[in-house]
Amino acid sequence: MALSLTRRGFISASGLTAALAAVSSTAACAGSRQSSGRGSGALTYWASNQGASVDDDKATLTPLLEEFTAETGIEVEMEVIGWNDLQTRIQTAVTSGDAPDVVNIGNTWAVSLQATGAFLEFDEAALEAVGGADKFVETALATCGAPGTTPTSLPLYGLAYGLYYNRQMFTDAGLEAPTTWEEMVDAAKRLTDPGKGVYGMAIAAGSYTENAHYAFINAAQEGEELFDSDGNPTFTGDGVVNGILRYLDLMQTDAVVNTSNAQYDNGADSVADFANGKAAMIINQNNADTTIVANGMTHDQFGVVPYPAPAGAPDDTASHVAGINIALFANTGNRDGALQLVKFLTEAEQQATLGEQFKTLPVLKGEEPTFTEDAQEAAIFMEVYENRAKPLPLVPAEDQFESSVGQAMNDMFASVATGTVLTADDVRQALQSAQDTVSAAIG
Amino acid sequence: MTANASTARRPRRPTKRRVRQGWWFPYLIILPAIVFELLIHIIPMLTGIWMSFKQLTKFFIANWSAAPDAGLDNYRRVLDMSGSVGMGFRNSLLITCAFTIIVVGLSWALGMLAAVVLQRPFRGRAVVRTLFLVPYALPMYAGIIAWKFMFQKDNGAINHILQSLGILDEGAFWLIGNNAFFALVIVAIWRWWPFAFLMLMAGLQSIPEDVYEAAALDGARPLRQWWSITLPMLRPVNLVLLLNMFLWTFNDFNTPYVLYGTANPPAGDLISFHIYNASFLTWNFGAGSAMSTLLLLMLLALSGMYIVYLNRRSENA
Amino acid sequence: MREGRGFKLLRVVVVLALAAFVALPLYVMISSSLKPLQDVQGDFSWWPTHLTVSPFLDMWKTVPLGRYFVNSIIVATIATIFSLIIAIFASYAVSRYRFRGRGAFTTAILSTQMFPGVLFLLPLFMIFSNINTAIGVQLVGTRGGLVLTYLTFSLPFSIWMLSGYFNGIPRELDDAAKVDGCGPLAALFRVVLPAARPGVVAVAIYAFMTSWGEVLFASVMTTDANRTLAVGLRLYSTQTAVYWNQIMAASLAVSVPVVIAFLLLQRSFVAGLTAGAVK
Repeated sequence: MALSLTRRGFISASGLTAALAAVSSTAACAGSRQSSGRGSGALTYWASNQGASVDDDKATLTPLLEEFTAETGIEVEMEVIGWNDLQTRIQTAVTSGDAPDVVNIGNTWAVSLQATGAFLEFDEAALEAVGGADKFVETALATCGAPGTTPTSLPLYGLAYGLYYNRQMFTDAGLEAPTTWEEMVDAAKRLTDPGKGVYGMAIAAGSYTENAHYAFINAAQEGEELFDSDGNPTFTGDGVVNGILRYLDLMQTDAVVNTSNAQYDNGADSVADFANGKAAMIINQNNADTTIVANGMTHDQFGVVPYPAPAGAPDDTASHVAGINIALFANTGNRDGALQLVKFLTEAEQQATLGEQFKTLPVLKGEEPTFTEDAQEAAIFMEVYENRAKPLPLVPAEDQFESSVGQAMNDMFASVATGTVLTADDVRQALQSAQDTVSAAIG
Repeated sequence: MTANASTARRPRRPTKRRVRQGWWFPYLIILPAIVFELLIHIIPMLTGIWMSFKQLTKFFIANWSAAPDAGLDNYRRVLDMSGSVGMGFRNSLLITCAFTIIVVGLSWALGMLAAVVLQRPFRGRAVVRTLFLVPYALPMYAGIIAWKFMFQKDNGAINHILQSLGILDEGAFWLIGNNAFFALVIVAIWRWWPFAFLMLMAGLQSIPEDVYEAAALDGARPLRQWWSITLPMLRPVNLVLLLNMFLWTFNDFNTPYVLYGTANPPAGDLISFHIYNASFLTWNFGAGSAMSTLLLLMLLALSGMYIVYLNRRSENA
Repeated sequence: MREGRGFKLLRVVVVLALAAFVALPLYVMISSSLKPLQDVQGDFSWWPTHLTVSPFLDMWKTVPLGRYFVNSIIVATIATIFSLIIAIFASYAVSRYRFRGRGAFTTAILSTQMFPGVLFLLPLFMIFSNINTAIGVQLVGTRGGLVLTYLTFSLPFSIWMLSGYFNGIPRELDDAAKVDGCGPLAALFRVVLPAARPGVVAVAIYAFMTSWGEVLFASVMTTDANRTLAVGLRLYSTQTAVYWNQIMAASLAVSVPVVIAFLLLQRSFVAGLTAGAVK
């Protein structure tokens, strides 16, 4: 009996080893395998949540996809994924190969995701199949991959930052819409009245993604880049430090932002303040139109101007090229069908519908924006998007720039809010440590 | 007490439904448990350890077989206290240690206090006991979300109460800055002290009343009785309770995750949450696995020492 | 009685203080769930400006809470049943047999309590994906995958608790049954289990609560179709607003079944819990 037991033990031990070997070997071919459940030829499509709720998005997309099925005979299984979960879901899909055919990505992730090699490259033939690369706006196309590489995503929705202001409050105070940073701060100071709980501006100071965007835009206005030509981080230049400090100072020295904004971890909070008259200005992407109106402000009560740069700044960048790209997983079982879906979603007619519903800017050349009835607002956003927007750094470490610099700014805002005074040196130190993190990750 | 083959083979009329008992019988009935443990715990854990020796960054995550061996690089980076990764890991560990000690200590103390005052019947005891158990019965995330709502600076109940009591002039931040640590501690204690209370209360019920009577006759004061009777009698309960609470608290992920979401303040950077962010935000799963493996080794060592120490003591007892 | 006045005073103070600590979040939850949205977006107040049940009605529309409820109930129930069966068999073996490897088994099972979830989150996902490729069983994004995961999560504690409980049941009972011609399984089902009812109830509650409250794995392993409540509650913070009143209403709705079950069965839970520790 003892003998059989040891033999059993031996057998079970070797069984375990075999099982482990099987796991590792199947893990090894994860990249080359077909994704699952494609016997039917149906496409799976992960859409990002653009509108007020997942169900709203479904209501918008479902008829379009039915139209697509009617045209091509290809069924589409769509899932709308909330913004919080999208990145994790894409990550697990990349890791396991258990992926959809078509997926929406934040366009700022494009180069980071390109680096994984899990996405289909849009070579000449693929571009031809979706209607050619030159139908897209240049700035939008620039976000689709690292410079000099074959893109792995294509523009789907465009977005840009603007400075929203409360017309009534400006008129009452005899103020004009600001055209420079200094004018913006000055107006904000005049409109700030802590006693009444009213502030000149509201910002999402607790959102690392928003913070990272302003770090980039403000640094760009100072004429600085965040990465050198070799893709190494350069976060500690004077321009970057000054740009970020200028943004922090809205709360710290100018005191035009309520310190409680340090807890605002998404755009909804600052928009609510704006709509409720607690803040005279907010900086948001143009799809904030929906949210502002949903919070009870009518469209004629607010105006928009480009996010201003300091007077005499070397550069008048007013936004990064924001928006959503669409990508295909390389292991799709239905490449042609997936390309057809991309072509369909990036055609003028569908773009007009989607732009109107999701309040996004057209990514196609020569298309009229449909996100607003207000011609002036439309013109301003289009001008910013096409001429005054720069893509975020097109390097694989872009996502790490966002998380490290954005988190550093979260922490700095928290310090400011709880009474610490930050100098340029403090900012530089925080950025140095963010830079170390990114450098370490690049290896 | 041994069920060996000789007792198993009793000549009985064999029925079809009866399992004939051999030496393999206990193995047969633990087999399902072993299979599931292997599939969900053991093999994934070994895979996780294997990952920690690979350079699993975003460049290789889609194709694991091509991931280059990292040797001990991931461990070096995590343990290098001069680099930002190592510093982050160390700070997070220190915060977690402080968090665990405070939460387990205070939860145990509150649980003990409540168990002692509820030891003997009084009017309303059942109601009080029921109320005290609610936080433990509540799904974890529901309680944490309620606290998150209360900890808001401008509209939160906590600041409102502190201001109306005159303790604070203006609202404090609870979810950012240094107070974030205390917010975390308060929520965790709220959740865990009822569990300590539950276990200790049950333990107290197993102590016969006459032991106290005898002690009281000897003139022992209540505090003295607690020290010399209650505590020793509760030892077996305490051992299990403290070990489990230690492990749960140390690995606590839900509290910071639900309380802070993506905006995690440095003061509330518990280790599980830190590793999750390090893995999923930066895609560096190799380094994340190295941190997890170190954490596991630490916990194993600590628990092992604890158990060995206990066994020694109980053998001597 | 030896209860002095001092002790009574202490009791009143302790009970009041702890009751306030416990009840405050519960009160805020209940009162906020009856407030209109403007109330929860403005300064905190103890009372709603006007009582409304609309959060309880709206919460089903803002988020498909009904579907998540069904998912959570299905997953938690099935995981509990399987966990219970497996734990009963394993505990019976550990408690009644001295087999080789028994110590190793119990140690290994208990040490899985120490695994940080983040260590095997991604590997488990990989393994599920590989199982899908190898034998075509879809585990990622299905309730089945969650059931498998959750039932295993509650196994270690359940086996520990139940074997402690079984140890407390006199062996003479099974021996007597065996003399009457029962096999070991019959002895388990006819004699041991009926005697161990509190322990079984305790394990069932524990397993159910574990599945019902799990967040980390649910956030990665679920898609919209099989999402559980733990993840679903996050969706009330939309791009337009954070519906605090609906979040609180949903939290209450989610909590009520578990809390009631727990409070009804708390005696069994305590008995089952301490048997393992005391004996």
